[in-house]
Amino acid sequence: MTTDFGSPADVRDALKSVHYLADDRISQVVFLSERLGKPVLVEGPAGVGKTELAKALATIHGRRLVRLQCYEGLDESKAIYEWNYKKQLLRIQADSGSSWERLEDDIFAEEFLLTRPLLEAIRSPEPVVLLIDEVDRVEVETEALLLEVLSDFQISVPELGTVKANSQPLVILTSNNTRELSEALKRRCLFLHISYPEVDREKEILLARVPGLTEDFGEQIARVVRSVRQVPLKKAPSVSESIDWARTLLALGVTAIDPVVVTDTLHVLLKYQGDIDKVAADLQMPQSGTAGSET
Amino acid sequence: MTLLDVLAGFIQELREAGIPVSMVEAIDAMDALGHIELADRSAFKAALGATLVKNARHYEAFDTAFEVFFAVDRSLPGDDAETGNHEGTDRAPTASGEGRQGGQGGGGADVEALIRGLIEALSRNDRDLMRIIAGRAVDQLAGMERGRPVGGTYYLYRTLRQLAADELVQRMMDDAGDDLSDFDARLVQEEYEFRLEQFREEVRAEIRRRLVADRGREAVAKTLRKPLMEDLDLMHATRVELRQIEQAVYPLTRKLAARLAQRRRRFRKGRLDFRRTMRRSLSSGGVPIDPQFRNPRPSRPDVFLLCDISGSMATFARFTLQFVYAMSAQFSRLRSFVFVDALDEATRFFDESADFEEALARVSAEAEVVWMDGHSDYGNSLEMFWDRYGDQLTPRSAVIITGDARNNYRPPKADLLAKIANEVRAVYWLNPEPTGYWDTGDSVMRSYAEYCTDVYEVRSLRQLEQFIEDMVIPTFKTSPRRPAVVD
Repeated sequence: MTTDFGSPADVRDALKSVHYLADDRISQVVFLSERLGKPVLVEGPAGVGKTELAKALATIHGRRLVRLQCYEGLDESKAIYEWNYKKQLLRIQADSGSSWERLEDDIFAEEFLLTRPLLEAIRSPEPVVLLIDEVDRVEVETEALLLEVLSDFQISVPELGTVKANSQPLVILTSNNTRELSEALKRRCLFLHISYPEVDREKEILLARVPGLTEDFGEQIARVVRSVRQVPLKKAPSVSESIDWARTLLALGVTAIDPVVVTDTLHVLLKYQGDIDKVAADLQMPQSGTAGSET
Repeated sequence: MTLLDVLAGFIQELREAGIPVSMVEAIDAMDALGHIELADRSAFKAALGATLVKNARHYEAFDTAFEVFFAVDRSLPGDDAETGNHEGTDRAPTASGEGRQGGQGGGGADVEALIRGLIEALSRNDRDLMRIIAGRAVDQLAGMERGRPVGGTYYLYRTLRQLAADELVQRMMDDAGDDLSDFDARLVQEEYEFRLEQFREEVRAEIRRRLVADRGREAVAKTLRKPLMEDLDLMHATRVELRQIEQAVYPLTRKLAARLAQRRRRFRKGRLDFRRTMRRSLSSGGVPIDPQFRNPRPSRPDVFLLCDISGSMATFARFTLQFVYAMSAQFSRLRSFVFVDALDEATRFFDESADFEEALARVSAEAEVVWMDGHSDYGNSLEMFWDRYGDQLTPRSAVIITGDARNNYRPPKADLLAKIANEVRAVYWLNPEPTGYWDTGDSVMRSYAEYCTDVYEVRSLRQLEQFIEDMVIPTFKTSPRRPAVVD
């Protein structure tokens, strides 16, 4: 289990060993984030492997993955900590004779603290990988909850004081870019944009993820997917969808791709009927019509 | 110059190009450089990119600035320095040192040799060879001269045109043979086009390098600086830019919709929900500590969108339609009308066609918008709108008119707009011309503006976005924030 990388190439190799194929940019940014001790904000279309990256990093470091799934309405009590008030009530009822001061000290003790992902990541004795998933879903105000953790790796709990990290977690935030994140949040992170891979890398990914795929067939699939992505669609096929597609084709015993096969299996690649119709129509035409644009 | 100076200049350039770089981020960048191999250009770029740029839309501007500031130094032709000092020079198809007369049609044989070499490089996907050929091509064909104040695009155009770059893919396809099926041919062609684009990129980089060597970074960066996509002028964008803008519209509207939904929710709470309040109160012994409210019913405007689609306004109308239709969930009803010197309802095209492109094509083919001569006539169009649809306007309606209000010296009939304004909640006018041009020549903006709730100059996506936001939540900006409810 590696804990420290000497160079971006090491990061890439380690990620490759767990079947995550990083390009130069990904490995370089991950390397920097570990060296600088800064969180990485990963942005990009759905299904290009943002969450996978965090999982892969947890695996290669042999660390636990603590995941905070963001959603609208996420608040402190779900993200950081909450006092277990039922237990506190029981405690109060259990010894109604004791003095108020003693009781007060008592019921705000760690015993009654329910930790949520952020606090858990900070208090963990061994370092963890903290994944804050789809951070663009929370409201702008809620983002502020994250700031203290991201920059100082600490959390202030009024009754307990400041909880400092026992170990520095590796933090990955992901965003589908449905809204602009606040400057304050962005400032604290390194930024990494992952877009659809180029044909070569997509082929490698397919080969790593789909057992039984031959090199030629993988390349063919990757090229068709690129061709489909050039059609203006509501939702272009993501990497995870092209993996599904490759698996489907293998399961069907297809060995060479032609327009008929593609049209028949498009529903695996695309998720909207309108998109499926569009691509099917587009495949009937020999040329893509994108030739010779001059800048 | 020390690294720190160069970095400071670079950050200054990013800020000039519109990328916000904070002090903290600048320090981070310097910090990051301490951890990498400075000689490794891609690591260097990744370090700067990850620390300084926090928005994928800014990457292009960053790339340009980076290429200019941290170009690999190369000398200009005309210096005595041998430019062909790469490994593998012998593979390059022409002898260097000849044919440097600036490529004024001279050395035709050389050009043909270059093209042959390029085709070979493209078909083998040999990046090194492409780079060498790019260097040679710029040497021989771009005709770069010291100190000439010509932009890089000119040289790029010149070089590529002489290489007949546009026909290369076709040539290679012809060579590829006829036994390919249409489908395979298409995939192969796309692969070649992808490679050719990489070659273009090499040529572009080569030209940039030489420009920098000639004129210095700051000057070149300044000429290459382009406005960010959301600030591009819709009226004067190139074809490529238009395509980029088009692709940006959908994500932009999704973001805007999310933001509007949030604001609307936060903006106002509904009436007290008595039942839920009482139920909640049971956990506090019947004392209603935590009042519950109903969700407010959002009031959504009923939109009538009138677009001038005459020649000069067509592009603008297209984006407005695309944008507004993408936002249609924000309105209770959306009806669109198009006009030149007559007006026709276009709603049916958008309702019937699944695809926006198709709908637009039908609008331009089937809508009856020309009455006399096909020059904009706002007066007549307003009159037709009032006569046919005036009785359908309600106090919940919002009328949005887009166009430059250039009426070709015909009667503006502003009194009709006054009548319309009287019936509806609001009339907005979106004008794609700079404010300074309004009321010059045949523009009658002022006589209409009198009856509009608001007139907006809308020349970029950013302004369009701002308008929709203002329209959907009109009172948001002026209303004070309610104190947070403690729960």
